[in-house]
Amino acid sequence: METMLFISDILLPALLEGLVITLQLIVAAAPFGFLLGIGIAVGRTYGGRATEFACKAFVTFIKGCPLLLLLFMLYFGLPSVGISFSPFVAAVIGFICCNAAYNSEYIRGALLSVKEGQMIAAQALGMTRTQAIRFIILPQALRRAIPGITNEFIYLIKYSSLAYMLTVIELAGAGKIVATKYFTYTETFLFVGLLYLGLVTITTVTADAIEKKYAVPGAMGR
Amino acid sequence: MHDDDYILKVEGISKSYGQIKVLDSVSFNVRKGETKVFIGPSGTGKSTLLRCINQLTEPEEGRVWLNGEEVTHSGSRINAFRQKMGMVFQNFYLFDHLTAVRNVEIALIKVRGMNPKAAREKALAELRQVGMEDWANHYPAELSGGQAQRVSIARALAMDPDVMLFDEPTSALDPELTREVLEVIKKLARDGMTMLVVTHEMGFATSVANEILFMEGGRIAEQGSPEELLNDPRFSRTKQFIGQFREYDRGA
Amino acid sequence: MLEPAMDAIAILIDWFPYLLSGIAFTLALVLASLGLGVLFGLPMALGQVYGTRIVRFLVAVYVWFFRGLPVLVLLFLFYFGIFPALNLDLPAFVVAIVVLGLRGAAYQSQIFRGAIQSISEGQMIAARSLGMSRMQGIRTIILPQAVRIALPGWSNEYPNVLTDTAVCYAIGVMELLTRTSQIVSQTYVTMPIYLAAAGIYILMNYSGMKALHILENRVAIPGFGPQKGDTHAR
Repeated sequence: METMLFISDILLPALLEGLVITLQLIVAAAPFGFLLGIGIAVGRTYGGRATEFACKAFVTFIKGCPLLLLLFMLYFGLPSVGISFSPFVAAVIGFICCNAAYNSEYIRGALLSVKEGQMIAAQALGMTRTQAIRFIILPQALRRAIPGITNEFIYLIKYSSLAYMLTVIELAGAGKIVATKYFTYTETFLFVGLLYLGLVTITTVTADAIEKKYAVPGAMGR
Repeated sequence: MHDDDYILKVEGISKSYGQIKVLDSVSFNVRKGETKVFIGPSGTGKSTLLRCINQLTEPEEGRVWLNGEEVTHSGSRINAFRQKMGMVFQNFYLFDHLTAVRNVEIALIKVRGMNPKAAREKALAELRQVGMEDWANHYPAELSGGQAQRVSIARALAMDPDVMLFDEPTSALDPELTREVLEVIKKLARDGMTMLVVTHEMGFATSVANEILFMEGGRIAEQGSPEELLNDPRFSRTKQFIGQFREYDRGA
Repeated sequence: MLEPAMDAIAILIDWFPYLLSGIAFTLALVLASLGLGVLFGLPMALGQVYGTRIVRFLVAVYVWFFRGLPVLVLLFLFYFGIFPALNLDLPAFVVAIVVLGLRGAAYQSQIFRGAIQSISEGQMIAARSLGMSRMQGIRTIILPQAVRIALPGWSNEYPNVLTDTAVCYAIGVMELLTRTSQIVSQTYVTMPIYLAAAGIYILMNYSGMKALHILENRVAIPGFGPQKGDTHAR
């Protein structure tokens, strides 16, 4: 009975508060990670030599550097050169970089898989290169990149927990605080884990629905 | 010189890929409503020539005029010229993520800035022209090759082009599908569309062409009306080439 | 501009042995994760393909759990929760090895499963027609092929595992990131130290991938297995 009371009166309210912060982190990071990912992919595929190099360097750095180290740089490192962020903002910037770098890899692969004739036909109709990329190439590429982008979104859900290392009290942090205070580590972190699993499962189901909705016969490249 | 008679003028087009000269100073003029058919062995630059005309491939030398305006060296205005030169490709190149009707209307909306409702009406009308209205909501993957090619013709026609460029429009099609596409092109010729056609269909070429241009080694080797090329002893190369083809001419 | 850079280089030289043992810890975590991943992941994959319904279900639940939870939460759960509850007082480093290993097994089992399932049915039929038992068929015909097919995907786990090891900072494992932040807090030099650490990680990433590619080419059989370009499966 005591356990039930602990769960309903102490654990769940605390975790829900943390969950709200986790959702805020995800909602703040995902759209920018998506858009920046498209930008990097397009830059690498269609940009000039300098753009291509800059985009590639960014992706190599972000993929090679542990996210937690990146967060430390953003939060503890940048003030030394006069740039300061709140913990929340620093975390979101780090997540955007990470999400964008990996998304760009999936989108770039999809861009390269769009057949050459699509660009030729678009230009033959009088479209500029930019119009052709925007209206013809990207819509096809993004459809093919949905599974990869979904995968990255699931990673984002999970690594959003690292914001706690910058003192953002999100889901994992809220759990840590309750667990330490009441000495209920196993139960608390299992509950925290279930909530993450819930988020991941909702994402998978939603992504399947999105993929079905935008499915086009013969244009999904698989 | 009645310059004004010509809708399209092509002057001294040359193009090389590495060491190989694909086009060697090709020139010809096209009158409004005229159909010119290019024939000749593979690899003699016929397709490259069409792409040089609308600058999808940039020629090293030579100039192209459409309605008296220079197409070559036109900078960003090239996109306006391309709308006026409808192109049909060997492999259709329909936009894979769009239905037939969306394929036809997309450039109307995005390039011409037409409002979506008017664009849809026009797109459907163009599909009707090529007998594909009933397939408007099908995706390219759901169409046969002949159907896809007819949609791609409608897509080009929707931009109200002054000239149509056909780049081996039936080479990727089975014989039974070839006929439906050739019928559409013949009808366009009857309706007075100005056309340049690269093809290997000799029967079709002789029936639809005002002039046949026989290309070899990147040059126009012989040119004349179908009657001339078939009957005049001067045109020996063309007849020899057609002779090779006769054996398996599909007689479209 | 020059002076702080010189300072930073001096600090890095001073602390280099300290960082070096951090690199050793990080590498140990990576190897443990990859090694335990194969050790447990391969049998799990076999269980998921050839096992009874219960085995398949158990493996699926295991994979769902260990792939669905953040590394941070898994580390907390085992370090503060499960091991103490079992009266096991394990050092953080050992807990990290166990957690990364269990997690690696979950991810890698799916790579192996995909590889096993991609082998045509005819291989097993041919093996059985020669009088092999099912187990013999799996061991001598299916597995040698599956491992080769899985290798590129398995190699791609390396960079993920490498960057994940940094999360072990959260429970105080003395790996590269933990030591980096200790140097930062003792010297008050931040960005140069962080960037140096990032450089080390990127170098480890690069050289590890190179080594794995060499391994891939060693075991390659002409005309067999996936071709290059199976890039960033994550």
